[in-house]
Amino acid sequence: MKYPKDGRFGEFGGKYIPETLVPAIEELEENYLKFKDNKDFKRELDYYLKQYAGRPTPLYYAKNLSEKCGGAKIYLKREDLLHGGAHKINNTLGQALLAKKMNKKRIIAETGAGQHGVATAMACAVLGMKSEVYMGYKDTIRQKLNVYRMNMLGAKVHPVKSGSKTLKDAINEAIRDWITNVESTYYLLGSAVGPHPYPVMVRDFQSVIGEEIKVQMKKISKTPDIVIACVGGGSNAIGTFYPLVDTNAEIIGVEAAGKGLKSKYHSATLSAGSKGVLHGMMTYLLQDDEGQITETHSISAGLDYPGVGPEHSYLKDTKRVKYHSATDAEVIDAFLMLTRTEGIIPALESAHAIAEAMKVAKKSKKSESIVVTLSGRGDKDVEEVQKYLSKHVKN
Amino acid sequence: MSRIKEKFVELSAKKEKALIAYIMVGYPNENATISAVRGLIKGGADIIELGFPFSDPLADGPIIQNASTVSLDNGTKLNKFFNIVKKIRKETDMPLILMTYTNILYHKGYSKFIAEAKNAGIDGFILPDMSIEESKEYLASAKNAVDTIFLISPNTTKSRIERIAKLSSGFLYLVAVYGTTGVKIGIQNYTLNAIKEVKKITKGKIPVGVGFGVSTPEDVKKYIKAGADAVIVGSAFLKLIEKTPQNKLESSIATFTKSLKRQTIQT
Ligand SMILES: Cc1ncc(COP(=O)(O)O)c(C=O)c1O
Repeated sequence: MKYPKDGRFGEFGGKYIPETLVPAIEELEENYLKFKDNKDFKRELDYYLKQYAGRPTPLYYAKNLSEKCGGAKIYLKREDLLHGGAHKINNTLGQALLAKKMNKKRIIAETGAGQHGVATAMACAVLGMKSEVYMGYKDTIRQKLNVYRMNMLGAKVHPVKSGSKTLKDAINEAIRDWITNVESTYYLLGSAVGPHPYPVMVRDFQSVIGEEIKVQMKKISKTPDIVIACVGGGSNAIGTFYPLVDTNAEIIGVEAAGKGLKSKYHSATLSAGSKGVLHGMMTYLLQDDEGQITETHSISAGLDYPGVGPEHSYLKDTKRVKYHSATDAEVIDAFLMLTRTEGIIPALESAHAIAEAMKVAKKSKKSESIVVTLSGRGDKDVEEVQKYLSKHVKN
Repeated sequence: MSRIKEKFVELSAKKEKALIAYIMVGYPNENATISAVRGLIKGGADIIELGFPFSDPLADGPIIQNASTVSLDNGTKLNKFFNIVKKIRKETDMPLILMTYTNILYHKGYSKFIAEAKNAGIDGFILPDMSIEESKEYLASAKNAVDTIFLISPNTTKSRIERIAKLSSGFLYLVAVYGTTGVKIGIQNYTLNAIKEVKKITKGKIPVGVGFGVSTPEDVKKYIKAGADAVIVGSAFLKLIEKTPQNKLESSIATFTKSLKRQTIQT
C-alpha cells in the first residue's frame, strides 16, 4: 500500500489518539506530505545519509556462515555499519530534518535498546536541536552503555518506572510528554508503530534498506529468493520488505520467542497475539482475555514490545509475509555463530534474524540466496550475553 | 431521555451546574469504592464517573496511573467491575459513566461490551483515546443505548468542535489544560477563553463539562463563572481516598464533595 490515505493498511492502523494530539498529528501529516517528495528535502536527507551515516551499506556475502549451514548463500545487509550502529539513523535523520522544517525546537523520543535514542541524539546534535529520550528503567540497566552514549551526545534521558519499565511504557511516557508540550515538541517515534502517519513515514525512511538490496542483488544475480529481518515494532523489517513485496521473494519476519511461545515470556506479537488498540493504532497485540496488555520478555530490549507495526499485521493476514520466531537460546547460538564464523558481532535483535537464516539455509538449495538484514551491531549487548552465558553454561 | 440528559435538565431548572466526580473502581479495594460512592451521593455529586483500569493509560497522570495499577493488581476484572456497578445502581439513580480506554471495549466487541455495561447500570462512556475518525462502530453500538461523551481540547479547531459536538451525547468534555489528568498548573487564561469559545460554538445544544486538573472549590468556582455547565474532579478524589482510613472515607468524601458542589449552585 503506497500511501494509505485513510491511515489504514486493510483494517489495521488508524489514529486512536487523545484529542489534544489531533492538531499535532494533522500538522505532521501535512508537512510529511509536503516534504517527502520535495527535491531539496530529499537532497539534504540523501547528503546526510551518505556523508554522515555511511550509506549505502554493503551487502556482504557471508561465505563462512553459508558453508557452515550447508545450503543457500547468505547475504548480510550491513545496517550494523551505519553511524550509531543500527538502522535507526535512517529514520532519525529523516524525521529530525522534517522537524527542523516544521520549526520544532524540542525533540522527544522513546527507546528500547537505546539504539533509537542514540540515533535521535546524534541526528539532533548534528542538526542543532535539543532532545529528550524516554527509556524504560529496566532497559536503562541492561543497555547502560547506550544511556552513557545518549548523555554524552547531549540528550536528556528520562528513566520510566511505570508499568513493565520497558519500551511500551517509554512510549506511554513520551506520548504524555507530547500531550503536555504539544505546541513546541516533535515526537520522533523510533519504529513503524503509533498513529498514522508514523507507520508509513517510518517505513518510507527505512525503505532505503530494501531499495539498496534490490540494486545490490541485481548486480550479483537476481532478486533474492528469501528475505529475512527481525521484528520488534517492525521498522528495519518493513524497510527491508516493502520494496520487495512486489517480487517473488519469500519474506520472513522474525519475532522474539523469548523462553518459548508456550511460556508467558516472549514478545511474539504476530505469532501469538490478537487484534487490539494500543499506542494509537489497531494492530496485533499481546493481551489478556480482557484486553489488558501483557508484559513481554525478550533477551533483546529492542524486541521487548507487546505490539507491532500495523503494516506487518496486514502483511501477515494477507499471507504475503510469514512471521516466525527465535528463542533466547537460539539467538545466543546465532550471536556466537556469526561472531566466530564471520567476525561480526550482531545486535541481539538482529541475531533473531540470523537464527532464522541458519534454520532456513540448512533446508534450502545451494543455488538459492538469502538476504538477512543485520539491523545493528552488538557492542551494546556483550555484557548481557556474558551474563547469559555464565548463568547457562554452568548447567 | 437518558439519565445524563435528564440530570442536566433538572439542574438547569434549579439554576445549578453539575459536579461530576471520577473514581477508579477497585482503588484501593472494593470496599473503598463503595464507601467513596456513598460519600459522593451524600455530598451531593450529580454524576459519577467510574474508571475501569487499563494497563496503559496514556492520557493519565501519575495519580490515576497508580490507581489503575493498584486496581488491576487487586484483581479488578470486568465481571467484578460490573457487579460493583450493579451494587451502586441499587443505591442511587444518578447517572453513571464508565471511563476506560478503547482496547477494553474493542477486545470484547463494542456491542457486547456496551450491552453488558448498560445492563449493569452504566449510562455513558468516556474513552480518551477514541477519536471521532475511528468511532463508527462504537457509535453504532452505543446508539439508543448509552451516551457517548467525546473530548475536545483547547487546541481543537472550530470546525472540529462542531463535528465532535454532533457525535457527542450527554455532554461535551473539554480538557482544561495541555497535559494528562491530575496536572496542577493552576487556572489558565486559555482555558477560560476555550470555555467561552466552546459555549459559543455549541449554542447550548449540549452541555460542556471541564475536567483535568480541577481539584479545589476555587477551581470549580472559576470554571463555572467562565460558563462551564459541569466540572469534573478526579485525581483530587483519588488523593483523598489514598490518605483516608476506610472508617472515615465516606464522611471525608462527603465533606469534600459538599465543598465542591456548593460552588456549582448559583446564588
Ligand atoms: C539493532 C536493532 N534491531 C532491531 C530493533 C527493533 O526495532 P524495529 O523492529 O523497529 O526494527 C532495534 C530496536 O531497538 C534495534 O536496536
